[in-house]
Amino acid sequence: MKKIIYFLFLFILGTIPALAASNNDGDTNTVNNLLFDFVLASGLFIFLILVLWLANLCSRLKKETMVIDSNIRELSDQISGFESSELERLINVQKNKRIKQENSRRRGGTGLKSMALFTGFILINKLAAAGDGTGTPTGNIMTSPGMLIMLTLILIPLLATVYFIGVKINGFVKKAHQIRIRREAQSLVKLVDEDKDFYDEVLKRKSALEYTLTDTELGGATAAEDKKALLHNIAEVNNPRFFSSKRKASGVHNIDPNLVKLIMLYLGTATCWLVIGTSIGEYLGIKFVSPDVDHVSWLSFGRLRPVHTNMVFWGWSSLAMIGLGYYVVGTVSNAKIASIKRGYWSLLLLNTAVISGTICLMSGINNGGGEYREYTWPVMLVFAAGIIATLVNYIQTIARRQTRDIYISNWYIIAAVMFLTVIVLVGYIPWWQNGLGETIVQGYYMHQAVGMWFMLFSLGLIYYFLPQQLNTPIYSYSLGILAFWSQILFYTLIGTHHFIFSSIPWWLQTIAIVGSMGMLIPVFSGTTNFLMTFKGNYHKIARSYTLPFYLVGIIFYFTGSTQGTAEAFRATNLIWHFTDFTVAHSHLTMYGIIAFMLWGCIYTLLPRLTGKEPKQSLVGAHFWLALIGMLFYTIPLMTGGTIKGMGWVAGKPFIDGVVLMAPYWLWRAIGGSLMWASHLVFAWNMYVMYASVTEIDERKKVFDQIISIRANTTV
Amino acid sequence: MALLLFVTLTLFVAIMPALDVQNNNAPLPGSRRLSRLETEGKGIFIAEGCVACHTQQVRNIDMDKIFGPRPGVAADYARITRTDVWRNTATLMGSERTGPDLTNIGNRQPSADWHLLHLFNPRSVVSVSVMPSYEWLFQVKEYPFPEDIVLNVPDEFKKGITGKIIASKQALALVAYLRSLKQIPLPDGRQVPVFLYGKDKTPVAGPGATKPQFDGAALYAANCQACHQENGKGLPGAFPPLVGSELVLNPDPEVQITVIMKGYNGLVSKGYGIMPAVGTNNNLKPEEVAAIVNHERSSWGNNSRHVTAAEAKKIMDSLK
Repeated sequence: MKKIIYFLFLFILGTIPALAASNNDGDTNTVNNLLFDFVLASGLFIFLILVLWLANLCSRLKKETMVIDSNIRELSDQISGFESSELERLINVQKNKRIKQENSRRRGGTGLKSMALFTGFILINKLAAAGDGTGTPTGNIMTSPGMLIMLTLILIPLLATVYFIGVKINGFVKKAHQIRIRREAQSLVKLVDEDKDFYDEVLKRKSALEYTLTDTELGGATAAEDKKALLHNIAEVNNPRFFSSKRKASGVHNIDPNLVKLIMLYLGTATCWLVIGTSIGEYLGIKFVSPDVDHVSWLSFGRLRPVHTNMVFWGWSSLAMIGLGYYVVGTVSNAKIASIKRGYWSLLLLNTAVISGTICLMSGINNGGGEYREYTWPVMLVFAAGIIATLVNYIQTIARRQTRDIYISNWYIIAAVMFLTVIVLVGYIPWWQNGLGETIVQGYYMHQAVGMWFMLFSLGLIYYFLPQQLNTPIYSYSLGILAFWSQILFYTLIGTHHFIFSSIPWWLQTIAIVGSMGMLIPVFSGTTNFLMTFKGNYHKIARSYTLPFYLVGIIFYFTGSTQGTAEAFRATNLIWHFTDFTVAHSHLTMYGIIAFMLWGCIYTLLPRLTGKEPKQSLVGAHFWLALIGMLFYTIPLMTGGTIKGMGWVAGKPFIDGVVLMAPYWLWRAIGGSLMWASHLVFAWNMYVMYASVTEIDERKKVFDQIISIRANTTV
Repeated sequence: MALLLFVTLTLFVAIMPALDVQNNNAPLPGSRRLSRLETEGKGIFIAEGCVACHTQQVRNIDMDKIFGPRPGVAADYARITRTDVWRNTATLMGSERTGPDLTNIGNRQPSADWHLLHLFNPRSVVSVSVMPSYEWLFQVKEYPFPEDIVLNVPDEFKKGITGKIIASKQALALVAYLRSLKQIPLPDGRQVPVFLYGKDKTPVAGPGATKPQFDGAALYAANCQACHQENGKGLPGAFPPLVGSELVLNPDPEVQITVIMKGYNGLVSKGYGIMPAVGTNNNLKPEEVAAIVNHERSSWGNNSRHVTAAEAKKIMDSLK
């Protein structure tokens, strides 16, 4: 088989240049020169390989035909490689005393040697011939098509001959090897017969090979007992399984039940907003494919788009982050939350803002169209009040901390909440921002909301939950602090990179681009920090249903943020700005980073608060649907966006871009559907973590009942 | 400390530049305030979230040339101030171009008929459009008043509506706003910003350069297709067909080029709309006009004389 392939290869190699040469009759000399070089090079290359092969064969042949002196040492070395059944046969030979002297047909080593010599001779001759054929100076005649065909035709039989010789020698080598083995076997038999010591050695080796353990060497025969309850969550698997079982969450932690209720309400409402918000997003994705799906003013694209973005921003992500923050801030300060009541106020205000903002937008009350700034200021005032209530709560909690230092998580979280307050104030204070001033503030506002609120807060959560889940300290505090300060320094500058080439001052655009470059520092240091924390713990990922979420979040933190830097340059902005690429980018970051991190945190925290775990297969379904869905969503949009942008640069009619995007928009809708399905699974998992009845609950009921009956009867 | 850094940076990178730009800015001479109707239309534009897909900024890069004759400058936005107590300033520059830029739409597409039809159902004029329909800006009446503006919607887009389709006041306001969006030329003596990243102007010499430099089909798609349609058949009751049109088939291209450059209202009596001066509005070059004319003359079964760029130039010069 191998040989056939080899021949085919040779044949093709030989014919391709020939064919090409004959086809390109009228072409310029350079092409023929190239062809000539190609033929020569490939011919020489094959030749070289063949020569190496032949040389190798010859050396093997020499080794095989060397006369063996039946040295005892060498033979006894050999038996250590034997299997026990082979040894048994050898022993039997001795036992039965049946020694058959077999006259081996001697095929003289000398003959083989002469053969080798012969081939060597041919080889040299051929080499010389080949050299003659191909090595003549390359004049014009050498590069003519006729000469090329000629050369190829010579090369083919030449190489074939060398190959055939090789095959022959290979046969000799194999035969010689067999003979050698047979001879050695005979000597062995002879040795067993004659040498008593050797025979004993063989017997010893055989019993050593057949040695087995009794299984009681270490443990002894008594049954084991777990006197200190060291074993938990023993997973016994007695039948084949489709899903690997993951480590269970650690049991209920001792937390103030009032706080538990507050956090659960935050996360519960956040989940509602996620499901509603992404249902709207899904519907918007469908509208790209089927724009006439409805003609209702409240459901039109322009009104629903900001409803979707604001709902997943202020509803889902913000509420989930603040809810998780209520756990982290108190826990790492080792202090109680200052005021649970204020937490409820905050929850109420934030949810009111999202509900009223949504209704306003759908009925056509819009602040002026700046992205993420579509809620009008009365709505955002309610939101800001909620944020300030939480801010006061967090700061007071940290002020009461029992630890000396403020853990890095709280740095990030407090900074995020403070900055959001500033951002909302700057963006919404009503007595300025005329003309282009509005645009500059818009750039600042939309990007700070993303980077200084969502990103900082989520990083703060990760700095607590990731080391906690990996059961290892964070790799480096210094890197965390570096990322913190560099993020503040650079992120603040980059807002206007959303308006590159617009009429805002050129220097401001340049600062934004430089700032985007600078963002590589916090992103690289943050990613390094997290991945180094993961280092040595990668095996834990397969045994955990929360860690994959963190890992995906961290990977997208790196890729998504770096992509943001890449988009900011003038040359790339030229192609990508205004296209669907930016939509893919915002989903890669807000979904790939923030949402995945939040899910990881929620799946970590909730079982600890309620003692109830979701079904592991459903967490897996959530994870994979979300991840695959997001890739189906973003990759087509990035591809389509790039092609569209390049079409614009090339000066194609605008409508061509719309037609071009149709299949990519369809893929986006498909990916969006998967993401949306994953949120339904997530919502169900949340329900299970909240309200399902566990075995422990059932047992507790029975025990309580019995206790109360006994109490009654004794009294 | 971190808060201080953040607030300081915020001051330097957002608040101070914003104040600086908005204070050192004056509207261009020749620009005007929006009328009441147009202001109302802008309100609808904001409320419907049109900015989600339509930008209003001509960037100083070559590809934005099709949306306006010059790059935007800060002064273009100087007249835009806070909408009202409740709502912020709306420059509506946008960040996504799912639909075309509207900075200069008043010049690029001045036809009110087209806008109304397009708003009622975008696919009635641009078959591949993905824009939503704004049906709720229209009313249906059995017997319209004389002052009502009745839409000639093609039957397939009526969806069972039997009465007359009337543009509401809101629709008219929105169209008035769209038609008011025009780039004002910079005053004389002020340097016009250049478009960056232009394509190399020198054509590539060699055997591959036989392809025509001006693609008539692409130019037709960019300038004419919205009304006259890709198949040249126009829309009955709104935009006249070019297929078999006497004007197009006439061996003398003078009338055809005049209509392109100056607009046309000769078919109003037959129920068709007024054609705007597309060629002048979009600054078409003689070579481009010739390419469009020849595309119209040689497509959809039309077969008329080829017009050279020199001829087109001569006619266009005589029109000035």
